[in-house]
Amino acid sequence: MSRSVAVLVASVAALAMVLSKFIVPMESAETTVAEWFNAAAAIAFVLGGASLLKMNLLAISARGPGWGYSAVTLLAFLATLGVGLLKVGVAPSVAYPGHRMSGSTDAEGGALWWLYEYAMSPITGTLFAMLAFYVASAAFRAFRAKNAAAMFLLGTAFIVLLGRTYAGVVVTSWIPADMPWVSWLRLENLSAVIMSVFTTAGTRAMIIGIAIGVAATGIKIMIGLDRSYLGAGSGGGNG
Amino acid sequence: MASHGGQPSFLERLDRMDRRWIFLAMFVAVAAPILWVGVTGKTFPEAPTPAVQGAFDAVDSLPPGARVLISMDFDPASAGELQPMATAIVRHCVLRGHRICAMTLWPAGGPMIDGTMQDVLGDRPDWKYGEQWVNLGYRAGFEGVMKQMNSRVALAYATDVRKTPLGDIPMMKGIEGIADFDLLVSVSAGYAGAKEWVQYSVSPTLTGPRPLRFVAGSTGVQTPQLIPYYPNQMAGILGAIKGAAEYEFLVNEAVRKADPNAVVPAKFQEAQRRMAPQLFGHVLMVALIVLGNVVFVGLRGREARA
Repeated sequence: MSRSVAVLVASVAALAMVLSKFIVPMESAETTVAEWFNAAAAIAFVLGGASLLKMNLLAISARGPGWGYSAVTLLAFLATLGVGLLKVGVAPSVAYPGHRMSGSTDAEGGALWWLYEYAMSPITGTLFAMLAFYVASAAFRAFRAKNAAAMFLLGTAFIVLLGRTYAGVVVTSWIPADMPWVSWLRLENLSAVIMSVFTTAGTRAMIIGIAIGVAATGIKIMIGLDRSYLGAGSGGGNG
Repeated sequence: MASHGGQPSFLERLDRMDRRWIFLAMFVAVAAPILWVGVTGKTFPEAPTPAVQGAFDAVDSLPPGARVLISMDFDPASAGELQPMATAIVRHCVLRGHRICAMTLWPAGGPMIDGTMQDVLGDRPDWKYGEQWVNLGYRAGFEGVMKQMNSRVALAYATDVRKTPLGDIPMMKGIEGIADFDLLVSVSAGYAGAKEWVQYSVSPTLTGPRPLRFVAGSTGVQTPQLIPYYPNQMAGILGAIKGAAEYEFLVNEAVRKADPNAVVPAKFQEAQRRMAPQLFGHVLMVALIVLGNVVFVGLRGREARA
């Protein structure tokens, strides 16, 4: 029953969005559905939090491998949620100085701001920066010119890697920049040509393919054939 | 496959090299230029590409007082690449006298707005909140927020981050839908970001009476997905730290042209300063790929002979 209601809501919402583009009196339906979507998106955060709690509590109670990580995750989640909801350390706003909770949640000096500035920011930044080390290791071990296609790929990578830095300018500075019939061979220009011609052609093809796929999936969702978005056991699979 | 009486050859030793040597090489390749730039203050000259020049011209050609909506759709993970970009665009807007409306579709994007505005407006007490700039903050909903803003900005944002109703904010007077802004800028690290802004907010206005001009800044990974939208749906694109450096170069050149004695603070050359570590990082990558292939070909040749 609940799944049928969910399918019905999805179908009606999708149909309203489509019809709003073709039937003038239904133009406002698009905005209405967008409002529903925003409300649902905000509620999804609560559901996400509940799901995170459930999964990690189960992992801790089962004492399976890595349960300590679940404990750390839960601790970090609850601490962040707590200081954010209670606005720990946040000064009252200028407009309402008598009300402790009137300040902005992430105001500078508050506990949430502190967590963001000194925990989340450096941790996520470090994780992203570590990619450079792993990509360097992969460059040595995995990027092998095993066949013609791989050689072509490597050649393109060299041009773009060097062309996107000052190295490209230095390496091919001997090619005259004022002669159009040879200046395109300068690495910085060659890199731009690869990005604007070959990459664009490939990306455009993918975008068009994805758009057709999205339209087809949209129709399947609208008529209830695709229920994969309901998760496992939806009974409909993807068609 | 040991050779020379059981001793591994040079190629074999290279092939089995501890990857921590590669990590060390990358550390040196990035750290040394950072120190060099920090000590000397020197940066490489940049030659702006047409896409970056297009972005610069889109901001530069607006009359003073124009209203620019800037969506900072990124978080600390990609701040290294995108923060200098956001700073350069906001600074350019301030230098040109444009009014700025900042927002984000990313939950962790709020402090990105605060940091950027503080960097640019920290020494500009004359730049009044509510009159010359406003911070709308974060709203959940991704494309849903965009769709609401298309028809009425107040549907998505009833108030700004200071809880002031939009109707009471002087710079928001006359702004109904998103097309009432003179320019939309998205500095984005992925979903929801520049691509969704094109699809849901910019494209629908292109056939209307007031097409919305759009400029995007994105990470290197995301840029190829955006290039097909330039120049029809986008006036310009800033791709990765390289695009940010080119944009920063153009803004700083404009500052120096207006005042030859102007001193540009280091915080407004961040992207240009990061091009040196990027250069040596890229050169190391190329060297490693070449070295890896020399080892591969050498060992394969030996195997074939054996």
